[in-house]
Amino acid sequence: MRHSFHRLLLGAALAASAAAVFAQEPVKVGVIAPFSGPAAGFGKQIEGGMRAYLKLHGDTFAGRKIQLLIRDTGGPNPEVAKRLAQELVTRDKVDFLAGFGYTPEALAAAPIATEAKTPMIVMNAASSVVTTRSPYIARFSMTLPQVSAPMATWAWKSGVRKVYSLVTDFAPGIDSETSFKAAFTALGGQVIDAVRMPLRNPDYAPYVQRAKDAKPDALFIFVPAGQDAIAFMKAFEERGLAKEGIKPIGPGDLTDDYVLNSIGDPVVGVITTHHYSAAHDSPENKAFVAAFHEVAKDLGRPNFMGVGGYDGMAAIAEVVKRLGNSIDGDKAMEVLKNLKLVSPRGPIAIDPATRDIVQTVYVRRVEKRGGEYWNVEFDKFTDVKDPGK
Amino acid sequence: MIGVLFDGIAYGSLLFLVSVGLSVTMGLMNFVNLAHGAFAMAGGFACAVAMNRFGMPFLATLPLAFVLGAAIGAMLERTLYRRLYRASHLDQVLFSIGLTFMAVAAATWAFGSSQQLVRLPDALRGQVRVAGVDFGIYRLFLVAMVAAITAVLGVLVARTRFGAQVRAAVDDAEAARGLGIDVDRIFAVTFALGSGLAALGGALGIEVLGLDPSFALKFLVYFLIVVVVGGAGTVRGPLIAALLLGVIDVAGKYYVPRAGAFAIYAAMVILLLVFPAGLYGRRA
Repeated sequence: MRHSFHRLLLGAALAASAAAVFAQEPVKVGVIAPFSGPAAGFGKQIEGGMRAYLKLHGDTFAGRKIQLLIRDTGGPNPEVAKRLAQELVTRDKVDFLAGFGYTPEALAAAPIATEAKTPMIVMNAASSVVTTRSPYIARFSMTLPQVSAPMATWAWKSGVRKVYSLVTDFAPGIDSETSFKAAFTALGGQVIDAVRMPLRNPDYAPYVQRAKDAKPDALFIFVPAGQDAIAFMKAFEERGLAKEGIKPIGPGDLTDDYVLNSIGDPVVGVITTHHYSAAHDSPENKAFVAAFHEVAKDLGRPNFMGVGGYDGMAAIAEVVKRLGNSIDGDKAMEVLKNLKLVSPRGPIAIDPATRDIVQTVYVRRVEKRGGEYWNVEFDKFTDVKDPGK
Repeated sequence: MIGVLFDGIAYGSLLFLVSVGLSVTMGLMNFVNLAHGAFAMAGGFACAVAMNRFGMPFLATLPLAFVLGAAIGAMLERTLYRRLYRASHLDQVLFSIGLTFMAVAAATWAFGSSQQLVRLPDALRGQVRVAGVDFGIYRLFLVAMVAAITAVLGVLVARTRFGAQVRAAVDDAEAARGLGIDVDRIFAVTFALGSGLAALGGALGIEVLGLDPSFALKFLVYFLIVVVVGGAGTVRGPLIAALLLGVIDVAGKYYVPRAGAFAIYAAMVILLLVFPAGLYGRRA
C-alpha cells in the first residue's frame, strides 16, 4: 500500500518535471576545472564568478534557465579533462563547455569542442596557444604575454635598465619570460640573466640569492599563484632584496588576490601588471565583489579566475539572449567573436580574428589598507591584444 | 661562497628535521612507514591551528606539535601498526600509503585544501650580517635545532638504558623478551618518538616548505632520499646525508641554475653507487 503510494508520488513528480522541460529546455553549461586537490581554488573561484553573475542578473535568459554541470579534474589533469568533456558532450548534451584552469586541460578538450561544434569558453588557461587549437574556443581570461609585455614598457618608463628574470620552468613561465624579454630589449633594456626554476621546488633561497648578487635594477618574477608565490616572497623578504634597491616586478600571478592576504608584509610594494584587481574602482566591480561574497562565502575575495568565470558566464548569457532556442556552435561563435562587454575589470572585447580577449592591462602596487592587502591600480594600458600571436 | 655553504647546511638541517623521525621508525624498528609525511603534516597543522586560532606563540607550539604527533603515533601503533611488525615490507608499504591517503583526505576535510600560514616571531625573521656575510636568522635557528636534537637522540640511543633496550629489541625480539625486556612497550615508545619527531619537523618546516594537505605526499621523496642515502637505523647517517644533500642542492641551484634542480638526484645516485647500504648502513 505504502509502496504504491510512493510510486504514485514519484510518477506525479516526474510528470511535473517533464512538463517543465517541455516548456523551456534549460541551457546546459559543463564546467571543467580542478575542484579538489591543491588547485581546488581554481575551480571554486571560477564557479564563484559564474554564480555571482547569475545572482546579479538572474539565471534565466530568453526564457531558458542556465544549468551548471560542475566537473572536477582534480588538478592539472589533461586526460581527465578530455574524458569529462567527452561525457558532457555525448551524454549530457551540453550547449557550452566552460572553465579550464590549466592550459594542458584546455588543449586536451579542444579537439572535442571542434568535433562536437560546442562553444568552449576558456575562463583561465593562459598560454597564448590555447585559442588556436579549435575554432570553437573563445577566451575570457587573459594570456601571459598580454599581461607580461606591458610590464616592460612600464619598467623602462620608470627608469629600470637592467633586469634579472626568474620564472618557473613551464609553459606559462616561459611565455611570460620571452614576451617580457622581447619587449624590454626592444626598448633598449638589458636582461642580464634569465633563469628558469623547476616546478616542484621546495626552496627558492639559492635562486633569489644569485639574483641579489647580480645586482639588477629589478627582478622580473613569474611563479604560479598560491604556495609558490608565498614561498618565493618569503625568500625575497628574507634575503633583503628590497633593501638593495631591487624592485620586484612581474605579471599579477605573484600577488593574486586569493592569497594576497596570506603572504602579508613581504609583498608590500611589489609592482605587477595584470587585468584584474579586486580593488578595481568601478560600480560593476563593487557589485561583483559583493555578489561573490554571497555565493562563495569561504573564498574571501574574487581573483582573476573569479572574474574570468563571471565574464565567461556573461558571454554565455549574451549568446542565449540573442539566439534563444536555436543555439548551435557556429551561430554561437558568430555572437562570441564580436562580443563587447563591460566587465568588473573594465571594458573587454573578443578579437574576431583570434577569438582571444582584448582588454585593459593595469599597473598595480601592493598596499596595506585597513588591515588588508590590495593591488592598487595606478597606471594602465588600454586595448591590449595578445602579443604572443 | 660561505653564504652558499651556510644556506646548504641550513637547507640540509631542514631535510634532516623532517626525515629523522622516519630514520627512527624505519631504521630502528625496521618498519617501512610511508605515512611519515602524514605525521609531519599533523605536527604542521597543530602548529598552524594553535598559532592562528588560539594565538599561541610559535615557539610554544613546537613542543605541542611533538606531543600531539607522539600521542597520535602511540595510538595508531597500539591499534594498527603493531599488527604489521611481522608482515612483509610490501604489506607495510600498502598499509602506510593507504593511511597517508586517508590523512590527506581528512586534512582536506578539516582544514580545506589551501595553504596554511604561520607568521614567525620578528626575532626569527630577516638576516644578520656577520663578517660581511648575511645569515638568515630562521636558518640559524634550524641549524641550532638540529644540533640539539642530534645530541639528545645520540645520548638517548647510545648511552641510556632505554636506548640499549631498543637496540636489543630490534636486533632480536625473542631474546630480548627472554631477558625480561617489555618489547611491546619499547616499540610503542620508540614509534611515538619517531612520530613526535616527524610532527616537530613538520611544524619547523612550514616556513620554508609550506603546508597544505598534499604535504604528506609531496615531500615523501625527500624523506626517503635522506634516509636511504644516510642508511637507516642511525641518527648520524641521515644527518650527514641531509647536510651533504642540502649543500649539493643549494650549490647546484646557485652556481648552475639551469641544471641545479637535478643535483640532489645525481648526488643520490652517485652516493648509492658508492655506498649501497647508505653512508652508515648497518644492514647489507
